[in-house]
Amino acid sequence: MITEIGHYALVLALVLAVAQATLPLIGAQLGVRAWMALAKPAAVGQFVFLLLSFAALVHAFVVSDFSVAVVYQHSHSQTPLIYKISAAWGQHEGSLLLWVVILAFFGALVALFGDNLPPRLKARALAVQAMIGICFILFTLLTSNPFARLFPAPIEGQELNPLLQDPGLAFHPPMLYVGYVGFSMAFSFAVAALIEGKVDAAWARWVRPWTLLSWICLTAGIALGARWAYYELGWGGWWFWDPVENASFMPWLMGTALLHSAIVVEKRDALKAWTLLLAILTFGFSLLGTFLVRSGVITSVHAFAQDPARGLFILGILALALGGSLTLFAWRAPTLKAGGLFAPVSREGALMLNNLLLATATATVLLGTLYPLILDILGGGSVSVGTPYYTATFIPIVMPLIALTALGPLLGWKRGDLKGALQRLWAAGLIAVAALGVALWVDFGKQTLAAAGIGIGAWLFTATFIEWAERVKLFRIGPIDSLRRAVHLPRAAYGMSLAHAGLAIAIIGVTAASAWKAEEVRQLKPSDSITVGSFTYVLESVGPERGQNYIAERAHFRVLKDGQPYTDLYPERRQYMVQPMPTTEAAIQSHIFGDLYAVIGEGDGKGSWTVRIYEEPLVPWIWTGAALMALGGIVSLSDRRYRVGAPSRATAAQPAVAE
Amino acid sequence: MNLRVHIAALLTALGLGLGGLLLPQMAMAQTQVADEPLADTALEMRARALMKEVRCVVCQAQSIDESDAGIASDMRRLIRQQIAAGESDAAILKYLSDRYGDFVLFKPPLKAATALLWAGPFVLLAIGGLIIVFFFRRRPTATANALSSAELDRIHAALDAEGLPSPAPEATTPTERREATASTERRDA
Amino acid sequence: MRRLLFVVPALILAALIALFWRGLDPQRNPAAIPSALIGKKMAEIDLPGLGGRPGVKTSDFTGQITVLNFFASWCAPCRAEHPLIKSLRDVPGIRVVGITFKDAPADSLKYLAELGDPYQAIGTDNEGRAGIEFGLSGVPETYVIDKDGIIRYRLAQPLDPGRLEKELKPLLADLTK
Repeated sequence: MITEIGHYALVLALVLAVAQATLPLIGAQLGVRAWMALAKPAAVGQFVFLLLSFAALVHAFVVSDFSVAVVYQHSHSQTPLIYKISAAWGQHEGSLLLWVVILAFFGALVALFGDNLPPRLKARALAVQAMIGICFILFTLLTSNPFARLFPAPIEGQELNPLLQDPGLAFHPPMLYVGYVGFSMAFSFAVAALIEGKVDAAWARWVRPWTLLSWICLTAGIALGARWAYYELGWGGWWFWDPVENASFMPWLMGTALLHSAIVVEKRDALKAWTLLLAILTFGFSLLGTFLVRSGVITSVHAFAQDPARGLFILGILALALGGSLTLFAWRAPTLKAGGLFAPVSREGALMLNNLLLATATATVLLGTLYPLILDILGGGSVSVGTPYYTATFIPIVMPLIALTALGPLLGWKRGDLKGALQRLWAAGLIAVAALGVALWVDFGKQTLAAAGIGIGAWLFTATFIEWAERVKLFRIGPIDSLRRAVHLPRAAYGMSLAHAGLAIAIIGVTAASAWKAEEVRQLKPSDSITVGSFTYVLESVGPERGQNYIAERAHFRVLKDGQPYTDLYPERRQYMVQPMPTTEAAIQSHIFGDLYAVIGEGDGKGSWTVRIYEEPLVPWIWTGAALMALGGIVSLSDRRYRVGAPSRATAAQPAVAE
Repeated sequence: MNLRVHIAALLTALGLGLGGLLLPQMAMAQTQVADEPLADTALEMRARALMKEVRCVVCQAQSIDESDAGIASDMRRLIRQQIAAGESDAAILKYLSDRYGDFVLFKPPLKAATALLWAGPFVLLAIGGLIIVFFFRRRPTATANALSSAELDRIHAALDAEGLPSPAPEATTPTERREATASTERRDA
Repeated sequence: MRRLLFVVPALILAALIALFWRGLDPQRNPAAIPSALIGKKMAEIDLPGLGGRPGVKTSDFTGQITVLNFFASWCAPCRAEHPLIKSLRDVPGIRVVGITFKDAPADSLKYLAELGDPYQAIGTDNEGRAGIEFGLSGVPETYVIDKDGIIRYRLAQPLDPGRLEKELKPLLADLTK
């Protein structure tokens, strides 16, 4: 019964979405206020009904109603409650419903907290948001209905894949979705602005919090995914340039570009058309990612097993949403009034270069992801695009970007003083050269690219600190005065500093972890030992271990540093009972400069085991850096200028010292 | 544990329903024991570097260096044998791509079919750069009546001396000017 | 000129959508890796025979049409396709040859005793080296090699009745003509 209510609520949400997509749009065109005002209750109602619908699905999982097809396929009465709940979005149908719920959530937020938006802009943006909603609700209902029943109802369900019974993996998708889907709001605002034919500073200010919120979640989601791969895969890798990963990385890169170009629109009323294009493309990449991973066009092994209707449906949505908005862009954007003037060397110029490099980097990832597909479709043969390709193309594009990130914040608006900025960064240059030298020396100059990466990371980190120190006039005025200035700096300024410092730390971590990872794989008997780096690992014992729904072999390593006991590691190799799928549980011990990483493989039945030991330099820096970036976003989001329900034009005043 | 299984899990986790398909497509060889590294460290390092460039043919997006699959282990042994026999890296990669196609090379060879792949990023960068140059050529830049940085610095210094906050960079649009004034007023109050 | 620039994104999108539309063709298998060896001469191999049977040597392939099947006793899909491989014995004018892939000879012999032995010669590839020579990605795999020792066909998955009738048999009929 509750399931049918959920199904019914989904249909009602569709009806409301249709109302929200049409009447307010017409109202905005004709100036009928009552019709425009309809957007608010419709958006809130749509969200409430979708939430109800999703709750009904979760309920079906919690009570193990196996007459619902997806519950039967992905749950079991004995599954722990938390994984029964996460199973609700652990499959195509349910996750699509979650997608739609998040879409409507953003719409409802704008409806509720956007009272100070110009009524026309608000009505149009919500109407566009509802159009996307219609597409995806229809997609859910017509091709992927999560409420489909089975008759007769099976008595017991099939277990959820044990690999999904991991807390990290259970909650990583919703995080990623909020990021992915949240960019729809920037898209809707961009389309609304194109319909109006007007973009100004206030528009940029309204779009910013939604973009920032999505960006924060996407940053965290990607980092969580990489971290999961790191501890679960068992060889210490965290990024593979796999199409599935790239699908989430491209919207992130574009979203980062959008955040920066929106600043130029806000401060200087320039780069308007470009920013609109970025807003459309950022969500476009989210849609593209959804298409790539859900249509089976890239990853599916058996084409026949995939429902071709789904792929075609998403392709239709892609064509409609992006085709429509880009056509509108081609038609309306050239008529936008050009904004403030600026010299090539200026903050605006630096942000433009930032955008150029980020857009090229995104295009590179896109090219690498799609090229094997394109070549295959055109009959040009079969190629693989992997890490070496991205090292040769993506890295050379991103390196100058990071170097520029250090410089940009020190350039003035309109016309900057490049020489002055560089002079102020002398200390950063010195530290960068020192870091480069140390990196070259440690490794006898074998990996110059990696040394350059470390140098650039050090450059950005120091420069970010210098920029902050200059703002608070550290050491130039008394410490009390500096503190006073520090307290009064806008939060957005802190947000930027944190995010840039986080980027610097992550870059250093990524570089070191890729270049100087050390590894030993060996057959060991108990009391044998391996030395990797400055640590010696002694295999003490391997014994059986029993978990709730698995059995495992658990090894005990004693780790020595310079002959002294340092720590103990207990890696496991698990065998789940329901599905006989072995998983590795690496034992990881972090210290400031890296991780000790031990994995136990299969035994040969004669008393020895395959053992893999890795020394993972600076990997914790990657997670720290990503966390700082997300934190920077949160701090910036809390700046009162950008608070949700951003102030209207008249009261938006704030000194623009920051950015 | 091989990556195919994990990507499958990830896909299932993302609700893509494809996960199951990737799993038991083809039987893999049995238990694999640790590799025997080459005695010569320099040669072994060369072998390992080469292994990172060769794709495991039964895995999702994994090099043979990272894979536990039987075929990956066979290829590793082959690479070590050929390196020990004095073959060049290029010859070994050619040997493998002759048999498995360009599919096994993570770094696609430069040829007509992949020219766009390799040149694309840099061509796009150049086009973007040209558009920016064009952009600055087409419109006058803000040099005419703007204050120089040095002048701005002096203004800021003077304001600081008075204990006033620095104003926004010179406002050009009426809105911005209003905002800048409003903010200064409010801070003063 | 400047207006033209604004149309570019829409044009790129149109091209991509046309491409994806072709990519969604249900006939296309995105995971299929075309063999690099089709139309090329088979590699030089010389494998010892299993349990006293004749082994597999490249020079034996000239002048005969051969269906070459890689299998192993530990591989479940091999068992599934085995009846179809056996049915190939009825095709006139061809030779069915097997290679055991990384399998203990005793296990292979037990497997054949249980399921029947359709092979005229069986080589043993303990190290998987012959597999690499054929660009093998796993077992089972089936190849067709013509009278000149040229590889004409590769199936990198278990043989199924559909492929047997629609692909393999017509090719063999064509070659034996």
